[in-house]
This record gives sequence, structure tokens and C-alpha cells, in this order.
Amino acid sequence: MSQIMGQSVTEEVIGDVPLLAVEQLGKRFGGFVALDTVDLAVPKGQRLGLIGPNGSGKSTLVNCISGTLQNETGSVTFDGQRLDGAPAHRRARLGLARSFQLPRPFRTMTVAENIRVPLIYTVGARAGVHLTSSELEDRCMEVLSLVSLQDKASKNPFDLTQVEMRKLELARAMAAEPKLLIADESMAGLSHSEVEDIVALLIRMNERGVTIIMIEHIMRAVMAFSQRLAVLVSGRKIADGAPEDVIKDKDVVGAYLGT
Amino acid sequence: MQFDLLINAIIAGLMLGGFYAAVTAGISISFGMLDIVNIAHPGFIILGSYIAYIVSTNFGIDPIVVAILALPVFYALGTGIYGIYFQSFEKRGQDPLRGLAFFFGLLFVTEVVLILVFGVDYRTVDTAYAGGSLKLGVMEFPLRMLVPALVSLAMFAALQLYMSRTFIGRAVMAVSQDPQALELMAVDPTRIKRIAFSISMATCALAGAFLIVIQPVLPSSGREYIGRVFAICVLGGLGSLPGTLIAALLIGVIESIATTFYGPSWAPAVSFGLLLLTLAVRPSGLLGR
Amino acid sequence: MNTPKFTLVLAAVAAALFIAFRLIGNDYLFFAGYTVLQYIVIATAWNILGGYCGYVNFGSAGFFAVGVYSTVFFYNVGQQYDVPLPIPLLMVIGGIMSGLLGLGMGYLTLRLRGVFFAIATLALLVVIETFVVNWPYVGGSRGAYIIPPSEIPVLGVFIHYLFLLMLGLVVLSLVAARTIERSSLGIGFATIRDDELAAEASGVPTLRLKLIATVVSGALFGMAGAPFPYYIGYVEPGSAFNLAYSVNAIAMPMIGGTMSWVGPMVGALLLSTLQQVITVTISSAANLLITGLLLIGFVILAPKGLVGLWQSFTAKGKRS
Repeated sequence: MSQIMGQSVTEEVIGDVPLLAVEQLGKRFGGFVALDTVDLAVPKGQRLGLIGPNGSGKSTLVNCISGTLQNETGSVTFDGQRLDGAPAHRRARLGLARSFQLPRPFRTMTVAENIRVPLIYTVGARAGVHLTSSELEDRCMEVLSLVSLQDKASKNPFDLTQVEMRKLELARAMAAEPKLLIADESMAGLSHSEVEDIVALLIRMNERGVTIIMIEHIMRAVMAFSQRLAVLVSGRKIADGAPEDVIKDKDVVGAYLGT
Repeated sequence: MQFDLLINAIIAGLMLGGFYAAVTAGISISFGMLDIVNIAHPGFIILGSYIAYIVSTNFGIDPIVVAILALPVFYALGTGIYGIYFQSFEKRGQDPLRGLAFFFGLLFVTEVVLILVFGVDYRTVDTAYAGGSLKLGVMEFPLRMLVPALVSLAMFAALQLYMSRTFIGRAVMAVSQDPQALELMAVDPTRIKRIAFSISMATCALAGAFLIVIQPVLPSSGREYIGRVFAICVLGGLGSLPGTLIAALLIGVIESIATTFYGPSWAPAVSFGLLLLTLAVRPSGLLGR
Repeated sequence: MNTPKFTLVLAAVAAALFIAFRLIGNDYLFFAGYTVLQYIVIATAWNILGGYCGYVNFGSAGFFAVGVYSTVFFYNVGQQYDVPLPIPLLMVIGGIMSGLLGLGMGYLTLRLRGVFFAIATLALLVVIETFVVNWPYVGGSRGAYIIPPSEIPVLGVFIHYLFLLMLGLVVLSLVAARTIERSSLGIGFATIRDDELAAEASGVPTLRLKLIATVVSGALFGMAGAPFPYYIGYVEPGSAFNLAYSVNAIAMPMIGGTMSWVGPMVGALLLSTLQQVITVTISSAANLLITGLLLIGFVILAPKGLVGLWQSFTAKGKRS
């Protein structure tokens, strides 16, 4: 892949419609411009890393893609469908899942019950079937064992460690059987081997056909995982291309070191 | 003939609106800036009315002066209530339902205590200027409305100055937008919130005095102000004191015109209906963030 | 226990209660019991939106009053055209009216944060009251008289009939609440209460579910209010829009426990009985005061209500 600066890689994807196409996306909060005409095209099956300093708009971008926030300008197209104004739950059912940067578990439910929610309301609703309680339990345990939380199934999320809560957050997104998974800083605070485990897990998911966008600060993980890297600074995409090229780009280095 | 009526309805509305601004100022702070849904606020205003009534009737002091003397008492009350609120709800990160229920309970208890102590009769005060009015051509300014309106505007101006010029005032504006920034500046957000809430409670003393100067008061009078207060707050834009003032004047005028031409029984529906409309159409209000 | 079995058990308990009261033969039991039953329905109705979804309704009295005044309206219509409507039908109509009100109001305000919904319910209460007060056909501020029949076939005494109807409504509400709680709908409601954004991200159609909750809640309020004119005989806005309904609708579930169908029932039974005792022995103002203080106390000290206290008590027992 050649190095491309400040442009999306749509030209590279010949013939195929990208799974996710973000075009000229803009979002403001009052007078503050959080996102400024962001373009991003993600082909099916790609592992995209998204990095940027704190406050650069990464989470806002995720929120606009997932429907948690509605963008003011520009558009989001997923799997060929324009998502203008579509509520988050509809996007989830179309196959777009995201985890939250600060874990948001359902606090009056157990860990297992937390996983049941996307199983019922995304997977089940999407297929139009009513899953039986034994099916639910089995799938629940399957998902929990992917993140090694099966022993904590009956615990309350707030009895888990910070690290376990992050894993639960990721597991809940995975349980929705998405086509595109956006993992928002899922690895903060994890140990070296735990980071490796999660990266391996995400790569396995990707090999099974899930397109993944990873937002991270842990560069080791980002470099090990990403086939392509995009950089967001102050609401603008300033670089987009092969990871080894992007990290050497002088604008990117400048943004992180503050020249 | 109608024109005279309209002019005076507007004037009465403006004065009423000035008073409403005083009533709402506290909520603008506690709800607009601190995100604390203190629906007991109108109840405390009525409490202020009754305190003004008792002291004024027994010692012959003007009720508004009584209120000014009572400011520290209400300030302390606000500090106490915020303390309980903070310990029981905000600190524990409880769902907002509990906080709401707490204030609802407070509103209710306040009203009932007033009924037990004072009974359900109307109370009113005699002021030096009651009954008199300022006349300018066809325009008439009843003093019992003009004086509270003017003092209210003064109070409002004082609040606005405080919020924009003093360190604590600006910290309050900051805490509503970015509590973490405050922590980074080594300012305790909790302390700032406590001060702001206490100020909002203190305004109840004055607003209560204004109320009883303008009209007779019942323990249940607070109820009709709940919707009004939030209507004004939402219409004006949460957290904007100038917005609150404009919205208050607007609602005062609309209500006054409705009352003059359609009768008093429709007045409550005006502000409450406006609130529903605003929530449905433009929840951020006229000047909101 | 599955739903049909639960329904049967509950119906059997209700029938036994009714028969027992008939045997005791004191009509006061029916009059007082009616109020308690009414509050069980009100508390359960409130809890479906408030406890399960976390959306507080401060204007319960308004939804209740819509049921009351819908009956007054149709009673007057019935008198005018000599087509008296049976009370069960009036209950259904009252439920539909209040349900529609919930739908309309929900549609306007449920897209906003829960706090704005709560404030809007207060506003709605006053708007409805103002309309009713200004509507002469249903009596306006002067009030309206409803004359119940002096005798009822089969049962004989009219209040027994009303009591039986309310018993039926109690069974309906409790079954509805329990069924919702145990279904995926109930799980959806709980996610809305716990974290609405995460719920949406997990595929829960939050607006749709909130509307369902508002409609069901409203309908139950309306059905509870519909027989009230027959119970009280003279309806005026002060009694129909009594703040006590709004406070009790919140206090009873919060004191009993908001997480399940049991809490509102427990809260209603205890609080309602307590209120009757206090009103008779001390005064009705003292009664309101104590209710308010209990609400504040429980909200601060025992947020999970009596049911929650009971659960921690028995859990501690098991651990030791």
C-alpha cells in the first residue's frame, strides 16, 4: 500500500463498496468544532487503527458513526445504506457494534445478563427470532469465555476489576455479532500479556470476517494489529495509510510531540 | 378602550415578569448550572413568604427588608440541604430518580408543615406602598407590583455581576461545563456547587417576600410555580441568566394578556403549555447552550 | 411459577379475600379496602415507567383524573341519551383515554433526558387540570354528581361491586407488571433505567419501549380512576387532582421497592393502611406529613425499599 496523506484510500478499493464510508462528517458542540469534514472509507475485512491525541475527536467520530450522536454535516454509509438520522439501535442491528471508552455496564444486572441484552435485542431482533433461555445461556458463556470472564458470569459488573469491566464492555459489543466492530480504548490498564490476548482475539475475529476499527493509545497494540492507520488531530484526519509510513509522517510526529 | 387595557396588561406583565425572574433565578443556578433538579424550590419560596409575613406582621418591618435580613438563614439552609443531597445521591452516583424523589418529598413536606403551622387561610402583608400606584398618562404602575419588580431586577443584576466578575461566580459557570477543569485548577468542585446551591436557596427568601407583597399566599401556592419556573428556565436556555430574564418577562406578559382578556382560570395553562411546547420543539431554549 | 399459574393463584387469593369480606359483612371493610386496592394499582402503574424504566412521572394525578373525568363525561352522555354505560366498559374507556394521553405526551417529551420528562409531567398535570376546571360539561370547578344505582343484581350492595371490579384490576395490573418484568421487554426497560446510551448501542429501541411503558402506565392509571366517581359520588377537581395521588404514586413504590412487582404492592398495602390509621387518629395533614417524611427517609437511607431491605436481610442470613 502506498503512503497517502490526508486522503481516504477509496481509490485503492476497486470495485468493492466499502463497508463503512464516512464522508465530510462534521459535528459541533455550540461553538466548538469537534469534527471537521472527516472522510474515512473502511473496506470489508480491514483492520484499521485510529489514533490521535486526547481531545482530537476520536470518540466523537465513533459516536457519530454508531448513532449515539447525530452529525450535523456529511454522511455515514454502512453496508451500502445511508444512515442519516438512524438511531443507534438500528445501526447496531445492521451490524455496527461499538464498545464505550469508559465502560457502561448495566448496573442492576449480572455480567451474564449484560451479555444477554445484545443477544436478545441485536442478534435475536436482527434474525427475527426469539432465542430460548438455554440458547441464550450457551451463547452468553461462549462470548464470556472469549474474554475469560466465564467465571464471573453471576457477578455484578461493579464487583469486577477495572480491567475485567473493560473486557466485559468489549464482550458486550462482540456479542452483537457485528460486521463492523469499533473497539474504543478497550485495552487501557491491561497488562502486557492481557494486551496481547485482546489483540489476538480481535485478529481472530477479523479472520472470521469482522471488520475492526481499533482506537488505542497503546502503540504496540496498534502496530501489531493494524493493516492501515488513520490519525485524527483537532477534529481533522491528518494521515491515513500504511502504519509504518504513517508513524514516520512529520505531521503525525509533530502532533504528538507538539512542534 | 381596548388599547388602554392592552397597554396596562403589558405593563402588569412586565412587572410580573420581573418578579418571575426573581423566582426563577435560583432554579437557573441549581438546575441550569448545577444540574440539580430542585423542584422543592417553589416550596421554599413560599416558606420565605411566610417568614416575611410573620416577622413583618409582628415587628412592623417591611417584608422585603425582612427577606434581606433572612438571606443568611436561607443560605445556611441551602448548604444543609446540599450536604444531604451530596452525601446521599451525588456521591454515590445514584440514578437521578432518587434525587428527584428527594426534592419532591421536600416540597411536599414543606407545604404540609406550613399547613400545620399556619392553616389553609390566605396570608397577606400590609406595606407602606400597598394600594398606591404610579400613573403616567394611561399607564398605571401599581406600587405593590412595581417595588418588587424593581428590587427583583436589582437582585438579578447583582447575581449576574457576581457570576461574571467574581472568581467563585466564574467557577460556578465553569463547573457546569467542565468539572474536571476545575479540579485541575485545584478548586474543589463540590465546594463551588455547595456555594452556588446555597445562593440559589437564598434567592428564595427574597422571591418569597416579593410574592407576598404582590398577592395573598397559601401553603399550596408553590405548586403553580413549579411549572412556571421550569418553563422560564427551559425557555430562556439552561444556565443563562440573561435568557432567564427575557423568558420571564415574556411569560409574564403573555400570562397577563391571557388573564386580562380570557380570565384568570386560564393563566396556569399558559406557562405550562408553553413549557410543553418548548420541550417538544426547541429544548435548548432561546439563549441556551 | 409461570404466568397462567400465577394468574390463577392471584385470582384465587382475590376471590378468597372477597368472600371473607362478605362473610364478615362490615361495609366499612369494602370502602377502606377499595382505597387500598386503588393504590396498589396506582403504585404498580407508576412503577412500570418509574421503577422499571427510570422515568419519573410527577403528574400521576393527571392520568388518574383523566380516567375519572372520562367516566364523568360518559356518565353525562349516558344520562343525556339514556344509554347508561356499565362500569367495566367505563374502565376500558378510561384506560384508553389515559393511554392515549401517555402516548401523546411521551411522543413529545421522551426524546429528551429523563429529567425533562419528569418536569413535563408536572406541567401536563396543571394543563389538564386547567382544562377540566374550565369545562362546564364535566362540572368544571363546581363539580359533578354521579348517582350510583342503589342495588346491584347478584351482589346486592353497590360498594361490593366496585370492590370486586377493583380487585379484578389489581389482579390484571400485578399480572401485567410481573409478566413484563420477566420478559425481554422487562430486560429492555431495565437497560433504559441503567444506561440508556449503552442500551441503544446494544440494539434496544429505547424510544419505542419508553412509549410502551408510558402507554401501559397511563392506561392503568386511567382504569384505576374510572370507577372513582361512583365511589365518591361527587367529583370536583380538588379531589380528582389531589396531590396525594401524585405523592403516593411515587412514595409507595419507592418505599416498597421499585425493582419488582412486589414492591409497589407492599408499599401500597402498608402506606395506605398507615394513612387510614393516622387520618383517623391524628389528622389528615399529619398523614401527608408522615408520608412525605417517609419518602425522604427511604430515598436517603433505603433506596431499594422494603423489598430490598428484606432481600439483604435474608441474604445475610444465608451467608452466615
